[in-house]
Amino acid sequence: CRPFKSISVFGCIKFIKYEVLALWQTHSLQDLRQQAAIASKVFVQRDYTSGTICKFQTKFPSELETRIEKQQFEETVQTLNNLYAEAEKLGGKSYLEGCLACLTAYTIFLCMETHYEKVLKKIAKYIQEQNEKVYAPLGLLLTDPIERGLRVVEITIFEDRSIGSR
Amino acid sequence: MSAVMISRKVTRKWEKLPGKNTFCCDGRVMMARQKGVFYLTLFLIVGTCALFFAFECPYLAVRLSAAIPVFAIVLFLFVMAMLLRTSFSDPGVLPRALPEEANFIEMEIEAANGSIQAGQRPPPRIRNVQINNQIVKLKYCYTCKIFRPPRASHCSICDNCVDRFDHHCPWVGNCVGKRNYRYFYLFTLSLSLLTIYIFTFDIVHVALRSMDSGFLNTLKETPGTVIEVLVCFFTLWSVVGLTGFHTYLISLNQTTNEDIKGSWSGKNRIQNPYSHKNIIKNCCEVLCGPTYPSVLDRRGLMSVEAPSSTSSPPTPDNAATKSNPATPNTVRKNLYKGPCILHLRMTFSAEGGKVMPCGNKCDNDINRFKCTQPTTWVFTTPEQPSGIPEQLSSNHLKYHNFQQYSTHLTTT
Repeated sequence: CRPFKSISVFGCIKFIKYEVLALWQTHSLQDLRQQAAIASKVFVQRDYTSGTICKFQTKFPSELETRIEKQQFEETVQTLNNLYAEAEKLGGKSYLEGCLACLTAYTIFLCMETHYEKVLKKIAKYIQEQNEKVYAPLGLLLTDPIERGLRVVEITIFEDRSIGSR
Repeated sequence: MSAVMISRKVTRKWEKLPGKNTFCCDGRVMMARQKGVFYLTLFLIVGTCALFFAFECPYLAVRLSAAIPVFAIVLFLFVMAMLLRTSFSDPGVLPRALPEEANFIEMEIEAANGSIQAGQRPPPRIRNVQINNQIVKLKYCYTCKIFRPPRASHCSICDNCVDRFDHHCPWVGNCVGKRNYRYFYLFTLSLSLLTIYIFTFDIVHVALRSMDSGFLNTLKETPGTVIEVLVCFFTLWSVVGLTGFHTYLISLNQTTNEDIKGSWSGKNRIQNPYSHKNIIKNCCEVLCGPTYPSVLDRRGLMSVEAPSSTSSPPTPDNAATKSNPATPNTVRKNLYKGPCILHLRMTFSAEGGKVMPCGNKCDNDINRFKCTQPTTWVFTTPEQPSGIPEQLSSNHLKYHNFQQYSTHLTTT
């Protein structure tokens, strides 16, 4: 059995009565997500009011009302928005990177990571951290928007019909 | 328990991507389907430069300066780099919506539309967004099942929605979009420079050589010059014109697509909400802005691997699974009643299709749940290519795509 990365995330998944839940030992959080019991999914859409920059709506979806506090949700989305804004910021640093890359005919990106990619890694870490600390105990799971083409933040809501077999 | 040999074929995500793109180098290269004109472009550039290096450069290097061919080489390499980068990179394709997302959007649309009387056409699927005090309409793409972000458009040739879609360029064999627009612009710019450079030095070469040995002799000695001059002459008009056009677009932060449709022109239409109203700022954003990553993840591994058993000797186990083969249209019910399981060790029983949990606790210590009650399963074979669930070890099964079949499942 391979050690399971974030199994503590699912420590709270309760007994599910009706649907089949053969939740097999999987190799990653990703696989487990697909095989666990899912009640529904909520999709937080993009907010285009500031233009084409990557920003998500902070409007609280009604399906999450029973699960999580509005404040917490908004904070998460706002932090994500700030991180994406940092990635796409037009400033001296990004211009310098662009010009330098152009001078080397963009071959420099074979060895160097772009600023955007660095921030994406930060975002992935943040989402994993949020999942472990905040969302998993509430039976929710955030999906990194990059896996959905930066279109939506997918929140998976897991079934919560407990019969005390925790 | 026999060991069924399974050879895993590693499938990368690019193999399953919808759309009419071709992929090379195991997903690293992404192009449109029709590449004929791209090969022509390559041939013209490489051919003309080869002629230049063969005929003009030796003479000019000696007569004028050795810097001339050196600069030509640098320029040529830059042009090739930009061309290949434009052609081979992902222009900013937006992945299609997965079924759940598509359903979610459909439900939102239906909720927004309310009830429609029979016989009436449903209203067009448009979302209005306010950007910079302008109302921009987001259209729904029926192929990709998403509301297109602003400035995105669906390319019918590649059958993809592309972010900040400029145009589909057959000369580079790819769409030009957010991710490769600057490479495309630098390609046209550097190609213009190269064309002008070669054209100028062709004329200079002919002039100088004619002074030495006469005009007709020059043409006889360097026949390539004629071809080069012809190619350069016709290329000049088109490429330089194109560069000028794109410079104009960049300074206004517009795309070719918007320009053709006249999105921001005319008095009654709205002004371009994406422009910074400052030429330098617009240029900086388009050319020196952040390099956007590809959201396609072409080289990622598919989470479902198709096991193809290379050798499956007839054993009771296989007989058990194969005794009730799943016909294409039936998914037999898999009825489970028991505690929530994160890990379950299963053993096949010989009783034709029945699987009994062995009741052992998983030795994975982070698993809190264990199978406490023996449960009888009716073994459902999901519709996999081989029909056999992947076997990780002798009594260790992995089921794929199980949740997909949850709609078929009922309680007893």
